[in-house]
Amino acid sequence: MAAPRTLYDKLWDSHVVHTDTGGNALLYIDLHLTHEVTTPQAFEGLRAAHRKMRRTDKTIAVPDHNVPTTPDRLQKIDDPESRMQLETLEENARDFGVPYIPMSDIRQGIVHIIGPEQGLTQPGKTIVCGDSHTATHGAFGALAFGIGTSDVEHVLATQTLQMKKSKNLRVLVDGALPTGVTAKDLVLAIIGKMGTAGGTGHVVEYVGQVFKDLSMEGRMTVCNMTIEAGARAGLIAPDEKTFEYLKGKPHAPKAGQWEQAVAYWKTLKTDEGAVFDKEIRLNAAEIVPHVTWGTSPEDVLPITANVPNPNDFADPNKKAAAKRALEYMGLTPGTPLEKVKIDKVFIGSCTNGRIEDMRAVAAVLKGKKIASHVGMLVVPGSGLVKHQAEEEGLDKIFIAAGAEWREPGCSMCLGMNPDILQPGERCASTSNRNFEGRQGRGGRTHLLSPGMAAAAAVTGYLTDVRKVQ
Amino acid sequence: MEKFTILKGIAAPLPLVNVDTDMIMPKQFLKTIKRTGLGKAVLFDMRFNDDGSEKADFVLNQEPYRNAKVLIAGANFGCGSSREHAPWGLLDFGFRCIIAPSFADIFYNNCFKNGILCITLPQAEIDKLTAQAQKGNTKGNDFTVDLAQKTITTPDGTVTKFEIDDTRRHNLLNGLDDIGLTLQHAEKITSFEAKQKAEQPWLYA
Ligand code: SF4
Repeated sequence: MAAPRTLYDKLWDSHVVHTDTGGNALLYIDLHLTHEVTTPQAFEGLRAAHRKMRRTDKTIAVPDHNVPTTPDRLQKIDDPESRMQLETLEENARDFGVPYIPMSDIRQGIVHIIGPEQGLTQPGKTIVCGDSHTATHGAFGALAFGIGTSDVEHVLATQTLQMKKSKNLRVLVDGALPTGVTAKDLVLAIIGKMGTAGGTGHVVEYVGQVFKDLSMEGRMTVCNMTIEAGARAGLIAPDEKTFEYLKGKPHAPKAGQWEQAVAYWKTLKTDEGAVFDKEIRLNAAEIVPHVTWGTSPEDVLPITANVPNPNDFADPNKKAAAKRALEYMGLTPGTPLEKVKIDKVFIGSCTNGRIEDMRAVAAVLKGKKIASHVGMLVVPGSGLVKHQAEEEGLDKIFIAAGAEWREPGCSMCLGMNPDILQPGERCASTSNRNFEGRQGRGGRTHLLSPGMAAAAAVTGYLTDVRKVQ
Repeated sequence: MEKFTILKGIAAPLPLVNVDTDMIMPKQFLKTIKRTGLGKAVLFDMRFNDDGSEKADFVLNQEPYRNAKVLIAGANFGCGSSREHAPWGLLDFGFRCIIAPSFADIFYNNCFKNGILCITLPQAEIDKLTAQAQKGNTKGNDFTVDLAQKTITTPDGTVTKFEIDDTRRHNLLNGLDDIGLTLQHAEKITSFEAKQKAEQPWLYA
């Protein structure tokens, strides 16, 4: 009998085209998502070498990182470099015949939001994109990971990647999340436990009832941030919820093939007795709302905690990093996190820019006003999320509370478009990275859940959402 | 891709952990549609003040490190964003080799695609190399990285062995183009597609 395999083993095995003696494999890629930032040099490389694309039918292009989120964006884009990059994507898509979703299309949005929305993201696929948060798609039981531009070019030309297999890591979470605690808190707690390099060289599978209980949106939030723990990809085995989500989506398998696809998808789970190289365990019941205090996603604590002291860290490198982080963040050790005053709130990104996130924010903001010193930006992850939110009247709640309701894109997650923090500004953000300068030079980012971000908007301070609801 | 055989040059110490690719190449420089010219942007916020002047206390603004070809870094170097602009910038600045206790996966891979050799060594070894580099190795009294021999020789003559994947080593030593290599397997890719189409037709609908 064949040895029991993990879900990752199965996904890997079913895509190996060729292996050399040193264990280097050629892996077939089923879906290639592309956007304007990491592709220009790849298409340029193809042209220079007179190479063609192998499969335009397994590729899609959408602008997201640079797009402005203001209503006049179809008329003008002020930044000439952003404009150039966006035009280059459109031009490359046209020249090479890649299906392209323009900014004017209701389906436009962050590449990791539109994949699932369009039903392109499916269990069992290998999915790549020149973007580290490609891990998001692992929520469907797809092997999905970020690649650099040279590899983008490699996939365009060959529909494969040269790579070595990663190790298996299981994150096992027992129990159920308490009320007011979300997928974002869960993944922040996991990263806090693993550290930003804890998953290096591994593919993570998330196992336990808590992940089964999460919605597809919540699962995407978890898998999305897997890269912040250093792992290449995160996986959640597909189940009825996954199939239900996909059914009827534009690119989902059609009637006739649907049943065959589902039958195959049901085999995509880790076999009994399969061995993982490493395991991390948490108890969901102990998790409370989390927020980051430093400049790495591992710098995370429960909202009930105080700003740490660098001397709390035994490792000298970590001590130095904490000291530097606190200086950058302008925080004093010992300050209760709930006493940290904020200037901006950002709701959006491929981590938390989906409809469920919009609903969570609206639930907190309903009938309330945001604090007078706070500026708040709500950026839906796609045109379809925007449309759905407006159907439900959520936009009215945001606007009535004093927030700005914008057009879809990456926006202040990394501020390649005009949405950036000013030096020293402090932001409660639902995005995924609190790196120095990520949201604008000198900007200070605290990562948290949509509900927590909304609560912070209301009080003007980092706040335990459970007190506001 | 340029071959990597023996590299002689100044080594710059950067003993910080978790240096992410946002730090190595801030977002405002990602708008380029070219691979070249990013050297001036590398580690931008560490190198320059708001008014554009250099921060004098930063290592790459000091002699002899302005001409460094080797970077000796801290753990988890290159974490975060997959942006290849980070290795492009390091390469354009002059770095051909980065030595650290550990690297983030995507960054590590991106470096090799651009002819940059990443060497992983235990922290204790890194500490020694960092100390050597901090003494200010000078031109003519360089660090030598020999990929064929898998050795690093510091200015005082100490030799450190390192390990590296054979395929990566081979490709780097010979400056081989990945896409060209893969295209040699074009027939295998075609038969993979035929088999997959028979078994999972919805992927080709
Ligand atoms: S939303 Fe942020 S993390 Fe996601 S793809 Fe855009 S820039 Fe990257």
